[in-house]
Order: sequence, then C-alpha cells, then structure tokens
Amino acid sequence: MKNVRPDFPILDQRVHGKPLIYLDSAATSQKPKTVIEALSHYYSTMNANIHRGIYYLSEEATIAFEKTRRKVSEFIGAKEDRSIIFTHNATEAINLVAHAWGRKNIKEGDEILLTHMEHHSNLVPWQLLAQEKGAVLKYIPITKEGFLDIERFNNLLTDRTKLLAVTHMSNVLGTINPLSHLITKAHAVGAKVLVDGAQAVAHLKVNVSELDCDFYAFSAHKMLGPTGVGVLYGKPEILESLPPFLGGGEMILEVHEEYSTWKPIPYKFEAGTPNIGAVIAFAKALDYLEHIGMDVIREHEKALTQHALYQLKEIDHLTIYGPMDANLKGGVISFNLEDIHPHDLGTLLDHEGIAIRAGHHCAQVLMKKLNVPATARVSFYLYNTPQEVDIFIDILKKARRYFNRGL
Amino acid sequence: MAFEGLDELYREVILDHFKSPRHHGKLLSHDVEQEGFNPLCGDQIIVQLKIDEGKVTNIGWWGKGCSISQASSSILTEEILGKTLQEVEHKIQFFKSMMQPQGEVSKNEEEGDLEALSGVRKFPVRIKCALLGWTTLEEAINLWKKIHNS
Repeated sequence: MKNVRPDFPILDQRVHGKPLIYLDSAATSQKPKTVIEALSHYYSTMNANIHRGIYYLSEEATIAFEKTRRKVSEFIGAKEDRSIIFTHNATEAINLVAHAWGRKNIKEGDEILLTHMEHHSNLVPWQLLAQEKGAVLKYIPITKEGFLDIERFNNLLTDRTKLLAVTHMSNVLGTINPLSHLITKAHAVGAKVLVDGAQAVAHLKVNVSELDCDFYAFSAHKMLGPTGVGVLYGKPEILESLPPFLGGGEMILEVHEEYSTWKPIPYKFEAGTPNIGAVIAFAKALDYLEHIGMDVIREHEKALTQHALYQLKEIDHLTIYGPMDANLKGGVISFNLEDIHPHDLGTLLDHEGIAIRAGHHCAQVLMKKLNVPATARVSFYLYNTPQEVDIFIDILKKARRYFNRGL
Repeated sequence: MAFEGLDELYREVILDHFKSPRHHGKLLSHDVEQEGFNPLCGDQIIVQLKIDEGKVTNIGWWGKGCSISQASSSILTEEILGKTLQEVEHKIQFFKSMMQPQGEVSKNEEEGDLEALSGVRKFPVRIKCALLGWTTLEEAINLWKKIHNS
C-alpha cells in the first residue's frame, strides 16, 4: 500500500517529546486532509439548511447532502438510497430501531438474541426495550478462542426469537462473526437481524444486500469521516412499515393540531436539522477509502495484526484475548500484562507517544466473561506501519521491567 | 531509557503500596461497609470501617483497579487509622484539595506516604483513580453518621 501518512496531518506531531503512534482507531479514526478541507469548504461556501430553502445555497447543500446518501448506499451495496438514514452516531441508529421497530414488533415473552461480545450500544437499547415490553434477552456465548459458540446459537434460536442483534466485528476481540450463517438461520425462524457494523464497515468490504440483514448500523467517525454522523441501513419495506422515531421538523408532510403525517423514508426518520457539514464531508472519507481500496486496506491491517500477534505471543506474562489468526479477525488486539493494570500501561505507553485504549471498552458483559476488569487494546488502520508496531512492542517489553523496578 | 519523567507518578512508595497493600481484606466485624465505583474505568473498591467512640479503630478494603487507585487506598488506611471522624473528614478534604491541579499543599500535612501521591496532580486523567478510595471512605462515614443520627 502507498504511504498514506502525509494525507493525515494529525499524525505528524510529537507527544511527550516522542513521535505520535496512534493505535486507537477502533475508538475513532483519524481524518485525511480531504475530509478536513471538505468541512471547512462547506462552512466557507455552502452553509445553509437543507430540504427547505428555495435559494441557491440551500439547493447546493441539499444536493451535496443527498450525494453522500447515494455514496453511502453504493459503499455498502444497498439497493436503494431510501434505505440510508442519517443519524448522529451508530448508537442512535440502533436506538432508532429499538424504538420504531422494537416497540411495534416486540411483545411480552418475545426473545431478543444478543451475544456476549456486544458493545453497550447494541445491548442497552435492547435491555430498555425488553424491560418495557416484558421481553426476554438471550445471549450467544463465546468460546475460549473468542468466537461465537455456533452450536449454542443454534439451540438458542427458537420461534420465540424476534430479533438477532449482533456485531459484525468485536471492538474488543476483533472477531469477525459469520454473519451469513447467523442471518440465514435467524430468518428461517422468522427473526429480524440487526448488525452493529461500527467496527467492520471501516475495515472490510461490506455488502448489505448480499448479507441480507434487515438493519445495519455504523458511524462515520470510525471510517475517516467526521464525528456526529451515523448511518442506519434498513430494508425499505421494513422502514416503510414503521412509525417515526423522533418527531419534529423535516420529517413531516402535514401538521395539524391533533395529528401529523410523515414524509416517506428515509426523511420520516430524519427529524430536525442534521449534521449537514459532517455528512457532506463524510462523502470525502468514502472517496478516500474507495480510492485506496477496501481490499488493500484489509490486507494491510491483516499484515500489521499478524506482525503484532507474532511478537506479542513471545512476551512473557502477556495474555491475549480473542482469535490468534489475523485472517479471522480485524486489526484489534486486546491483552493484559501481568501485574500491570491496563490504565497504568496506558499511562506508560502514552508517555512514549503511543495512544492505546485501556478499560472495559463499553463491553462490561464481555469483560465479566473474560473474567477481567479491563484490558489494554491496540487497533490499527491504514495509516499504521510495521515500524510503529515494533516500537509499541519494544516499549511494552520495557513496561513490566519499569513497573517491577526496585522489587 | 524509556519512561523518563514518569517516576514522579510511579514513585517507589506507590509501587510498594500497590504490591503490598496495607489493611487489605475483609474485617472480622465492621460497623459500616461502602462500595465505590469509577464507571469510567471500571475500578471498584469496598471499604469497611470499625468505629468506636468516634474513632476509626479498624479498616479493611479490597477491590480492583490500577496502581494509583490501589496505592492511594492503601495509603489512606495508614493515614486514618486511630483518628477521630472529624480528623478523618479533615484528611479527606485535605486530600481532595491536594488533588486539585492548582491545589495548595501545606508542608506539614504533606508528610509521609501521602506526599508520594502529589505527583498524580500532573496527570489529570489519573486524579479520579487516586480519589476513588477517599470518596468511598467519605461515603462510608456519611452512611455511618446517617445510621447513628437517626
């Protein structure tokens, strides 16, 4: 892959006197110049509210906004642009489904099937719904190696299952889940499937039509785009059948004193002024990813992950959580170093300019299953290099020695 | 050498308390027990106090967390054992102000192992870790007072 680092201005800086090594892209990715410039360009030349003005700027902004919808639709292989709803993040996209689809379709005694590796954003909305409706949450466990226990899944799936909500790629373990199998099986019992794609869509080629999932949620900021933009893909016939999520401007056709009527999808679900500038700049992120190529990015990350796993395995007193084969996981590695709490490790690495994540990663259920309070996590993206991995490994080896000094 | 300048945070006194925590574990009998939790990082601590005639006569604690939260909790036990509730409350307020980035620290108070924690001030993201044991202790005392005043 070509050297993309000059495209990411933030990477060219020193932290605590050391060159910044950013290994937390699973939390949020850095942004290429084209995205940063697009934001500035929007506010400098185009800023106006969309879908309402009958003047030049508003028309321009509306066209650019809708062009992004077109691009997102193509990027994830949706058949129709009206399947793409803009939200403010993946969490809101999932909450939209929990409210609009869930309240209409989930009844007392119904079962919602989750997994032990879900991020809180694909867990708490379903808890709230289940508590409200008297529905039952079931969890697909994970194996020792960090994969979903497919045998247990087959048993947990019954005709009471109304929804399977599952992550495409674990934000802690990196595990890539076998979606085609899960979706086919879930559909066979009449359940709908929501996929949390926040991690996966930034790193893998995703085609929602081939997957045949009913909903797919993700965030722009994890895939080189600005913060404040989420996407919900939904099958149009399902979206059409649903009541609105949020009420307000932009989503209505007619408002009377006692009732209102709604715009067609996707606008029915886009109440209020959206994050227009960020949505428009998001198109540049998609252009960038396509220009490099998702397959090229995947190969680059696989190589980095394998390179890191190979060296991590050799470090004494280090435990890795999740699959050990880069072919079966994304560029995310969670680990713990004996005697050092992940937060201390985070501080030690930060002092050497290396940004990693330490904590429960919004996956407390998974932490309990792994029987750890927290883990350290590194995650890679297209701008990371094998040299950065080597420096990280070197500092990691020194960390334990430093912490045990004088004892 | 890596980690230059970090010794101010990870002083040997702190690492020593982290590795050999004082008064660690459950008490055989206690008058009040309080759990503290830092939702940001998942750190957790449970504090038990034995209180006789207005004095902390025994203290036990356990939990999960980073070196700073564990060492701070361990140091705390040595600071308050045998002290009156009023003295303990004073100590808690003192420690809280000590953790303010601009906090004034009177020299005579800042003696002993407690002083070792003053380096945390320069690492704002870790201040919450250092405070966990102390805020939990404060809640424990408030709980005890509530029970005994009603």
